Parts: sequence; structure tokens; C-alpha cells
Amino acid sequence: MGLKQENILLALDNVSLAFGGLQAVEQVSFGVAPGAVKAVIGPNGAGKTTLFNLMTGFLTPQAGRIVFAGEEIQGRPAHRIARRGIARTFQLVQLFDHMTVLENVMVGRHRLSHSGLLAGALQFPWTRREEKEIRAKAMEALEFVGLADRARQSAAALPLGLKRMLEIARALASAPTLLLLDEPASGLDAVETERLQDLILELRRQGLTTLLVEHDMGLTMEVADEIAVLNYGKLIADGPPRAIQKNPEVIAAYLGTDWQT
Amino acid sequence: MTPPRFLNRWLLFAVAVGVIAAFMDQDYYYTLLNFIGIHTLLVVGLNLLLGYAGQISLGHAAFFGLGAYTSGILTATCGVDPWLALVAGLAVSGLAAFLIGIPALKLRGYYLGMATLGFGIIIYIILNEADGLTGGPSGLSGIPSLSLAGLAFNTPRRLYLLIWIILGIILAMSANLVNSRTGRAIRALHDGEAAAESLGVDTFRLKLKIFVWSALYASLAGSLYAHTLNFVAPSSFGFMFSIKLVTMVVLGGMASIWGSLLGAGTLTVLPELLTVFHDFEMVIFGAILMVVMIFLPRGLVRGILDLCESRRYKRQGGRISF
Repeated sequence: MGLKQENILLALDNVSLAFGGLQAVEQVSFGVAPGAVKAVIGPNGAGKTTLFNLMTGFLTPQAGRIVFAGEEIQGRPAHRIARRGIARTFQLVQLFDHMTVLENVMVGRHRLSHSGLLAGALQFPWTRREEKEIRAKAMEALEFVGLADRARQSAAALPLGLKRMLEIARALASAPTLLLLDEPASGLDAVETERLQDLILELRRQGLTTLLVEHDMGLTMEVADEIAVLNYGKLIADGPPRAIQKNPEVIAAYLGTDWQT
Repeated sequence: MTPPRFLNRWLLFAVAVGVIAAFMDQDYYYTLLNFIGIHTLLVVGLNLLLGYAGQISLGHAAFFGLGAYTSGILTATCGVDPWLALVAGLAVSGLAAFLIGIPALKLRGYYLGMATLGFGIIIYIILNEADGLTGGPSGLSGIPSLSLAGLAFNTPRRLYLLIWIILGIILAMSANLVNSRTGRAIRALHDGEAAAESLGVDTFRLKLKIFVWSALYASLAGSLYAHTLNFVAPSSFGFMFSIKLVTMVVLGGMASIWGSLLGAGTLTVLPELLTVFHDFEMVIFGAILMVVMIFLPRGLVRGILDLCESRRYKRQGGRISF
């Protein structure tokens, strides 16, 4: 499975990271094609979240390369990678609890706006204009996930399902080229999971490239164009959902016999 | 959080300042108001750093001192124009904050507290020991008053107008800032550094920026202080004053611009009312800090509002749920 650079938005090339003696990620290589929804699955502790942290600059790989839109990004500071257009959500939702729902999403516009500290204090006409635009775009993102009517509420007061939606809205407000969702369905009930599924499919229709780590196999099989399977830090399979479901190694490691069709 | 009917508060502020200036004629009260104004400048700056960005500084008196002494030395010893000296003070304090901030702001929590505390003590020692420059422990006198277009700010009433007009502008700027793009990023890094980074916020650089910005407020306050008293001595810029400033922030309410005014006001007036307890001033301050932290962790303004809210709720037979 060679990586054709021109048709790959994000490519991992032999990425490795060990914590002490624990090999968290071992020589993992895979690619994400533009416009595709790719899922990374695997048992707990397989290295999925570590992989996300490597891609977003929260961890630095000890070996290997991570190429995003033609540029090596491994080891760069998280905010630099974010500015290049990778947005993410967190396994444990990380909202700005002392801010309103709308303000949370407005921070998502950070990378696309410019007003500095002094401009903020002095409120130049162009600062106000930019602020208006930030607000409008943030409201758009809130409307997209169905949270517009809660814009003025405190983010901390939302129930978990809506917090996850808010986190996605915040990531979307940054108009990312690549969206990383870290277990977006965990803690959601059936109805909420369905809404999440619709949301991911709608984003795919709009052409957004998405990579998600997920435990909910139903959701994964519905939304993913491709699935990569990790086990003990190693990539054991990578391909379309149907092939993954039939892969004996994956079944042994993770899926269990229920998934054989 | 934007206060409701935002503009009216500023109108109220301006009217109150004007009414006081028109009708009050006891110098003692003006002097007290001048200190409240200067303290509020310091507290708003520290609140931006501590309350909004979540970064502690236990050495903020040092920036106050740097501003005061730069103004004092340049005007009294070198004969520089006071306004120019004030700007020089801003440059000195800003540069000091920048240089200290680079290593210190890589630290978190207690460690940052310790680093800034150390800086504060170093500045305090320098002010005491560099007699040739600072006049040593006995202080620096002969600092001229500020003047503008021939009008000297040399009476408490005139100073009051100057200080409170400047304070009004600074309060407005601060309120603008916290609701701007950068202000939101500052609050965001307080709530979740990783999440802020993941949205493109350079958290370290932003901490450094707000640290310097906060030091500029302190420096401005220091220069005004030097030209108000026409005299400065190191004892005003020690560790205890840094702690006093933190107490004012906490009492007024973390992350509250108007709370800063209340916190600074209360703890400036209180010692005047409690002159009997003068020797125990620090004990009383410590006690206030403890009581507020335990019973009103959101500060006086919000704490009292919360209390009223829950009272009303109880009367209506409801239950408070958090």
C-alpha cells in the first residue's frame, strides 16, 4: 500500500513513540485522502489518542514523519499545526467553562482573525468589523450543530451530548482542512449518536476530510470510507469497512466474532 | 461576560466622578480617592493576569516600584519632563516584565508564584541598596508634580480629576480587551491550555503579552503615585504590598473589571477606618482573604449577588442545584 503523495492530505510514515519501555505507537504508516472520512479503531490502550496527539503537536514522535498538505509537521508546536488547518476535539471534552457557548466557538475563529491586544483594548473600527465577522461565523457554526438557541448560556451548564456538539462547532469554526474527532460518540445516548452520525455525513457531503477515533462500531461502519486498526501501537489493518470486518487478525484483536457476516 | 447595559455603567462612572469633583471640598477625601484610583489601576492590571489569564504574580509591587522610581529619578535627579519620564517608566517596566516573563511564564502555579515573588524581592533589595540612584531606604524626594498646558496637578482635587480620568480610560480599555479576540484567547488559555493551543492560540506568547500588559498598568500607577506624593521610598513596594494587591483582586472578584474597583476601594478605605488595629493590618488582610476565599470565592460583587439569588430562590421554595 504505497502512499501516493499527490492524493493524500495527511500521511503518517513510520511514526513511532515510546513512553519509557512502553511502545505506544510503533512504525505506523497510513494516509488520509482529501474528502474522505477515515476511522482509527482498536482496543483501549492501542495508541489511538497518542496518534492524535502526535498529529496535532501535543506529542513529538521519536521516529518517522507526519506530512500534512505536503509539509512535515511532526514536532511542531500545537498552535502552529492548528493554524495550518488541523482542528481537533478531545476524548474528555475540553470546553472553556467560564465562557458562553458562543464565546467558545468564537475562540475557534482565532486562527482566521488578527486583532491583537492593543486593538482589542482600543476597539479600532476594523477591530469592530472583524469582531462582527467572528460573531457571525461562530453563530453559523452553532446553527450547523443545532446550538444557536443556547448561544448565550454558559458552556459549563450544557449536558454532555451538547458539549460534544459544541466542541465540534468550535473546531468547525476554524474552517479546518482536516478535522480530528477523538471518540465523539463516547457518553452519548442512541439519539445523540444518530445526530452525530448525520453531522459527520453532512460534513463529508460538504467535502471535509475527517479522521476519527471511535469505539462505537455501528457509527464507524456507517460513516467511514476507510478504517485503520491499531493494536498494541501497531497498525494491523487498513482498508474499507467491508475488508476490515472480514480481516481475521482484526476480529481476533478487537471486533469479536459478532462482526462476521 | 459583558455586563448588561454596558454603556450606562460608563455614564454612571463619569457622572459620579464629576459630581464628586463639583461638590466635595475636603482634601482628605480626595487624597483617599486618589489612592483608591491608583490601587485600582494596579488591581485591574493584576486581575487581567490573575483573574482572566490565570497566571499568578506575587511580585507585582516591583513593577509599581519600577514605574515610580523611573519617574522619580528621571524627574527629580535628571530634570526630565514628567510625562516623558512616565513613558520611560512604562518602557523600563515593560522590558523587565518581558525579560522576567520569558523564563518565569514557562512555570505554572506555585512555581510561577515563587519566581515572581523572587523578582519582587530582588527589585525591593535594589531599591534599598542602590542609594546613589534611589536614595536608599530613606527614599527619594523632590519629585515634581505633573502638569498639563500650564495646569499643575499639585492639589488633591486636581490630582483626583487626573487620576480618575486616566482610570476611567484604563477601565474602559480593559473591559474592551476582555471581550475582544485576544481577551477571549486569554480567558481560553486559563480554562484549557490544550484546547486553546488546538485552536491556534500561542499560549506562551499570549501569557507573556498579558504579563507585560499587566506590568504596564502597574508602572503607570507607580508614576502617578510618585507625582502624587512627590516622594517615594522602597517600603511602599515590598512583598506585603504585592500580597495586598492579590487580596484586592480576590476580594473584588477574579475576572471582574468593576470588582477591581470595589476590591481596591474596600481595602484602601478599611485601614483608614481601622487605624486602631494598625499593627495588625496584615493579620486582618489575611483573615479577609481567607473568609472571602471560603465564603465568597467569586469575590464580593458576584458573591453577594449569588447570595441574594439563592435567598430569593429559597423563599420561592425552590432548591439550589449546581
